[in-house]
Amino acid sequence: MAEQMVTIYVMGKPYEVPGDLTIMKAMEYAGYRFVRGCGCRGAFCGACGTVYRTKDDYRLKVGLACQEVVQDEMYLAEIPFFPGNKATYDIEDLKPTADAILSLYPEVFRCLSCNTCTKACPQDIEVMEYIQAALRGDIAKAADLSFDCILCGLCASRCPAEIVQYQVALLCRRLYSRHVAAEAPHLKDRLKEMADGTFNDEMDKLTKMKQADLAELYNNRDMEPRG
Amino acid sequence: MYTPELLELIKRVEATRERRLDEEFPLLSADAKQELLEGFHPDYKDEVFSELRVGPSKGERTPTEYARVFEAYSGLDPDGFDLSKVDFDVDVLIVGGGGAGAAAALVAQEQGANVLVVTKLRLGDSNTVMAQGGIQGADKPNDSPAIHYLDVLGGGHYKNDPELAKALVMDAPEALAWLEKLGVMFDKESDGTMITIHGGGTSRKRMHAARDFTGGEIMKTLKDEMLNRDVPLVEFAAVYELLTDGDRVTGAVLYNMETQEYLIVRAKTTILATGGGGRLHVMGFPTSNHYGATADGLVLGYRVGAPLQYLDTIQYHPTGAAYPEQILGLLVTEKVRSIGGQITNTEGDRFVYELETRDVEAAAVIRECLGRKKGVVTPSGQPAVWLDTVVIEKKLGEGAVKARVPAMYRQYERFGIDMAKHPILIYPTQHYQNGGLEINERCETPVPGLYAAGEVAGGIHGTNRLMGNSLLDVVVFGRRAGVAAAAQAAGIKTAGGLGLDHLKNYHAALKAAGVEPTNVSPMLLPEYRRAATVERKIELLA
Repeated sequence: MAEQMVTIYVMGKPYEVPGDLTIMKAMEYAGYRFVRGCGCRGAFCGACGTVYRTKDDYRLKVGLACQEVVQDEMYLAEIPFFPGNKATYDIEDLKPTADAILSLYPEVFRCLSCNTCTKACPQDIEVMEYIQAALRGDIAKAADLSFDCILCGLCASRCPAEIVQYQVALLCRRLYSRHVAAEAPHLKDRLKEMADGTFNDEMDKLTKMKQADLAELYNNRDMEPRG
Repeated sequence: MYTPELLELIKRVEATRERRLDEEFPLLSADAKQELLEGFHPDYKDEVFSELRVGPSKGERTPTEYARVFEAYSGLDPDGFDLSKVDFDVDVLIVGGGGAGAAAALVAQEQGANVLVVTKLRLGDSNTVMAQGGIQGADKPNDSPAIHYLDVLGGGHYKNDPELAKALVMDAPEALAWLEKLGVMFDKESDGTMITIHGGGTSRKRMHAARDFTGGEIMKTLKDEMLNRDVPLVEFAAVYELLTDGDRVTGAVLYNMETQEYLIVRAKTTILATGGGGRLHVMGFPTSNHYGATADGLVLGYRVGAPLQYLDTIQYHPTGAAYPEQILGLLVTEKVRSIGGQITNTEGDRFVYELETRDVEAAAVIRECLGRKKGVVTPSGQPAVWLDTVVIEKKLGEGAVKARVPAMYRQYERFGIDMAKHPILIYPTQHYQNGGLEINERCETPVPGLYAAGEVAGGIHGTNRLMGNSLLDVVVFGRRAGVAAAAQAAGIKTAGGLGLDHLKNYHAALKAAGVEPTNVSPMLLPEYRRAATVERKIELLA
């Protein structure tokens, strides 16, 4: 099968690459060996945030190099790192309020509602919406909206107010999970049982059991229905 | 986007959907499973393996791609290598910045140890971040650590080290509580009850999830906590060799991946938390693994004398993406099947219960394609079967796919495929190394001063790991390693001398076995550049 070749400009320099490759694989095809700018290769880690433009279009677009397929006349640059501010805190000491957010990240106040962050998100997250939610103290909403964030940092790289959205998002999710969502009652109960040694005898018996007896138990164990 | 030919084939899957909706598909009997595995699972094929000619597990077999990195010389010449300037002098050195390394570091530091985390990529770059489906733990009233243990042992073909499996299941509730307290956003009911589902080979619904970014959310939280606690960290720094004094590990040679400078670490104890080796591509399989999963930690441990356990078993995840080509090998989380997705052949018929253990499920897919010739072949020639995701919408309601597996939905949406409307094509992908360095329940390898935790260690899962037990493993054994390594370090005044005698001995053994000097390891990163480019590469900047 003949490959359809296209020209991409990696940081301005042209390379001929097969047109069906992702940006990452195309760069490797061209001869780049990644140390930075390549992580999970599956859209989970945020190492390969990429900004690009296509010919005759002034608009900047974003994508993940591991997911975005190259186009002819694509001008691209990976942004594998962004020097964003990271506040440090003890999650135990915080309350899930706007005050907590603003004391750690006062720059959130500066949000201009320009929505550039949302346009810069390769995960299609409503970034400005969750920043606004955080600003209102709606931590649950900020946590929910930001859930798919992979910390690539492209939002922060484009923000005129120098907000580090992805860090605010992570703070909101931790605040929500630690201080808003109810603790799992069954987990607490189980921890007490563990501390009381409820399962110790049974476990000791099992760890000493012969394979044939284990197999007998395993093959006849009752299964909780899947539905 | 599906080709017209594939769209035509999808009609067959659509034609059987109504009938399949309420169809009960039986689990295989123990004998039928064995027959299937022996016939079609790569672990049962002799041609996959090579016998190791050197080292502590000499005479045992590993997949040939693994044997190649064990039977290789170091890129360092142990004669005359200058180790005199110590750059870091610490209690506990933690090699690897994934889930196990982060858990170990947080706990070791809590114990008062002076720790150093080094990772060859960024903090968090790991298979942990990619784990989607969930984390197991027996914390519901209808479940118990004993029931969990039985699932782990049966799934692992009873080859598990009983003490390690016991540690896994007995520590699980505490591990979950630790994560909950750190602020990991688990899926919960409004009263706090964890939403739990089945995974392959589970007899209870004990899979806890953070949507389908479970590992990612755990990793982001642990990473954030490490930064909050200012845990000493060096990124883009690979450990290239361990250092020894007699038979004890006393430090490591670090390699700055960016400046190519080497640095010396002296440590009272060292924890290997380097993960697995999917990027070795056993038998040319695609992999679901992270870029850095090159088995380098195994090589480091092996060279200082740590034996291997069950490194002759590799987990092929049954549902790797087979189409489109751009995402070949990436994982389609088991959760897709946990919530009702069905696997069918090209005729639209199911051929295996969807939640068999992973080895059985993978073998069944391979048999359907290569044995029974009832698979689909993609435009690039990749064999595949259908994973009918549309059936999830029929069962759980419209929008269920996007709500329950958003990362998956987005992955396919990027390539013009709507999982809620069309089934997807899958085939097994190299996913997990079931075995690894031998450890005990304190994560000690038989080599003094050397610990291992996470995928680099073996024995916990026997010869087949269940879904959700790897995230559990990295948290449980990461924490255990942190506690034990910090405790041992506290009883040691000075780390000892720094030497490479073990490497001299290893090189001598390689030479005696006739291994070609051109074989070099550890592999730090895989080579994916075009061969034509690599062939003409010269280094003139020096």
